[in-house]
Amino acid sequence: MAVDVTAVAAGPRTRRARLRLSLKATGLLTPPVAAFLLVYVGALVVLFVSSLWTVDSFTGKLVHHWTLSNFRQIFDTGQPYLRIAGRTMGIAAAVTLTDAVLAFPLGYFMARIAGGRARAVLFVMVLLPLWASYLVRIYAWRTILAHDGAINWTLGGLGLPDQNIAYTNWAMWIVFSYVWLPFMVLPVYAALERIPDSYIEASADMGARGLRTLRSVILPLALPGVIAGSIFTFSLTLGDFITPLLVGGPSSSFIGNVVYSFIGINANIPFAAAFAVIPVLIMGVYLTIARRLGAFEAL
Amino acid sequence: MTRINRAHVLIAAVAVALCVPAAGVSSGHGLPTTIGKGEGSLNLIEWAAYSDPSFAKPFERQTGCKIHRKDAGSSNEMVALMRSGGGGGGGQYDLVSASGDASLRLIYGGDVQPVNVKLIPSWKDFLPNFRSPAHNTVKGVHYGVSVQWGPNTLIYNTKKVKPAPTSWGAIYSSKYKGKITVPNNPIQIADAALYLMKTKPSLGIKDPYELTKPQLDAAVKLLKQQKGLLKRYWNSATDEIADFKNGDVVIGAGWPYQTLQLQAAKAPISETIPKESTTGWADTWMLAKRAPHPNCAYLWMKYVTQPSVEAKQALVFGETPVNPKACSFMNKAQKGSCADYHLNEPASYSKTIFFWKTPIAQCGWQKSSDCMDYNAWQQAWTQITG
Repeated sequence: MAVDVTAVAAGPRTRRARLRLSLKATGLLTPPVAAFLLVYVGALVVLFVSSLWTVDSFTGKLVHHWTLSNFRQIFDTGQPYLRIAGRTMGIAAAVTLTDAVLAFPLGYFMARIAGGRARAVLFVMVLLPLWASYLVRIYAWRTILAHDGAINWTLGGLGLPDQNIAYTNWAMWIVFSYVWLPFMVLPVYAALERIPDSYIEASADMGARGLRTLRSVILPLALPGVIAGSIFTFSLTLGDFITPLLVGGPSSSFIGNVVYSFIGINANIPFAAAFAVIPVLIMGVYLTIARRLGAFEAL
Repeated sequence: MTRINRAHVLIAAVAVALCVPAAGVSSGHGLPTTIGKGEGSLNLIEWAAYSDPSFAKPFERQTGCKIHRKDAGSSNEMVALMRSGGGGGGGQYDLVSASGDASLRLIYGGDVQPVNVKLIPSWKDFLPNFRSPAHNTVKGVHYGVSVQWGPNTLIYNTKKVKPAPTSWGAIYSSKYKGKITVPNNPIQIADAALYLMKTKPSLGIKDPYELTKPQLDAAVKLLKQQKGLLKRYWNSATDEIADFKNGDVVIGAGWPYQTLQLQAAKAPISETIPKESTTGWADTWMLAKRAPHPNCAYLWMKYVTQPSVEAKQALVFGETPVNPKACSFMNKAQKGSCADYHLNEPASYSKTIFFWKTPIAQCGWQKSSDCMDYNAWQQAWTQITG
C-alpha cells in the first residue's frame, strides 16, 4: 500500500494524474468484468436456480416451484448418481496422479538437464498433440486399442495372448492420461525451472546426496507446480463426457454423460442442472485445498 | 400514468394468454378439404437428409415453396424445438419428422394439429398398419402422415456366431459374453420387455411400451444382467459398424442400415428378425399447430409419400418406405434394394413389429393410468447404464 501513501502525500497534480489513471483502469476493466459477471457468474447462478425447479413429466414444461427433490434424488444411495459421481472423481484422481508421475521426470529433464536445443524439441513434442483435434486423438486411441488394433497386432506377432482393453475404464484412464498430459508438464516444468541452482548446490555442500536433495529441496519447491497442473488434469477429466462416450465400456458413464442424457433425452433440465452443481462443488473444495498448498503462485 | 399503463399491459397480457390456447383449440376442428396455393415457404424440423436436395429441389421448383431446414439430433430436440416460442411450432415451424418415441408427446402436448389424410393421395396405398398407427393417430384423428420406417434387427458375425441365432436370447445369454452390443437409448427397455413378453408370460406384458411398475422392474433386472455381458452400448450407427468391422463385437441389436454398410464393406455380417419378433421405428411428418404455411406443408406431405420420392428417400437414408409402390423405383435405382429393406415382404411382416411409441402413463391395454411414463424409463435407463 506504499503507492497510496505517496499519492496522498503528493500535491493535487499527482492526485489528478492518479484519478485519470484510475479512470483509465476502470474503462479498461469494465468490459471484461461485466462480461465475467454476466456470462460466467450469471450462468452459474441460473444453473443453481434451475436446479431447484422440477419438470412436469407429462407436458415436459418447467415447474417453477422451489424444491430440493433433485438433490435428494442425487444423494439417494438407491440411485446410480453417487456411484457415477464417485467413478468420475476416481478416474479424475487416477489420471491426475498418473500425469504427475509422468510429468515430473520429463519436466525435470527439460528444465534442468536438457540443453537449449533438446529442450526446444521436447517442448514441441509436448505441445504438438494440442494442435490436433481432441476428437482425432481419441479416435486414434480407439484404433490402437481395438480388437484388431495396433496393440493386439503387436502382441499377436510376439505370440502373446490378446488384450481386451478397448471399451473399459482402463481405456478411459489411458486416453485421459494421454490427452491431458501437456497440461501437467508445463506448470511442473515452470516450477522446476524456477528453483535457483544455488539451492541445490547448498544442499550438496551440506552433504545431501541426490535423493535427499530431491526429497527435501526439489519436491517441496516443485509441489505448487504439480498442484497447479493437477487443477487442469482433474477439472478437465471431471467435466469430460466425450471420452466416456467413445472409449468407455458399459459401466463408464460420467457426470457429464448423465447431464447430457437428461437434457437430450427427456429435457429434464432442472435435474441436469442439479447434477452439474456437483462438479462445481467438487472443484470449489479442490481449489480451496490447492490454494492452501500455494498452487496459485505457480500458475 | 404509469400505474394505468401497467394495468393495461397486464390486461393485454392476460388476454393474450387466454387467447392462445383458445385459438389453438378452434383451429383443431374443421379440417381443410382442399390444398390451396403454396405460401412460398416451408419450415421443417427434420432428421438430417429428410429433405435431401435430390428430391427437395424438384419440389421447390414445382410448388414454389422454398424449404428452410432445422436438423435435429434427437427426438427430444425435436420436441423441444416444437415447444419453443410458446409451443405448436412457435408460429415458425410447419412440419416435424417425428419418430414414434416423440410423436405422442407432441400430440398430448398440443403441439401438432389434425391432418386430413384424404388430401394425401398416396395414403391409401400405404402398408395397412402405417395408415393409422398408434404413434400418430389418436382416437381416429390423424396428426400427420407416416413416411418411412425400419425394424430393429439382430446383427451377427456369420463366422463367429454359429449356429445362426434365431432368438433375442442370444444377447441375454453368456455364450457371447463381452462381444455383445446394444443401443444406448432408453427405448431399448422395450426390447427387453418384448423378450420377456414372449419368454415370461407370467409377467403379463401386453405391449412392450406400456409397462406397469413390476413389469418395468423385470425389464430393468434383465437389462442389468445383460450389462455384464456387453462390450459396450453403441451411440451412433457408425460406432456399431466400426465395432463389428474390427471384431470388438460379434452380435448385437441394430438397424438394416448397419448390416447393409457392413456387407458392402465385405464384412461377414448377417441380420435376422428373431422368432420373438422385434421392435422398430417409424417416422411421421406431423403438422405444427401454429404452422404458418399449411398449404406448403400439405403439398410436402403429398409429395414425399409418392412412390418415386419414397424410394429416393429410402435409399438416401437407408430405411423402408411406407408406400409399397416405391418398390419398383427402389430396384430401378439400386438393384435388389426393395428386398434388402424388406419392402417386398407381405403386409403381415411389418404387422409383427412393435413400433416405437412414447411410453405414457395411460395404458391402452388395461384402461388405467398406472403405466410408467418416459421420465421413468429414462431414469431406469440411467440406473442400468450408470
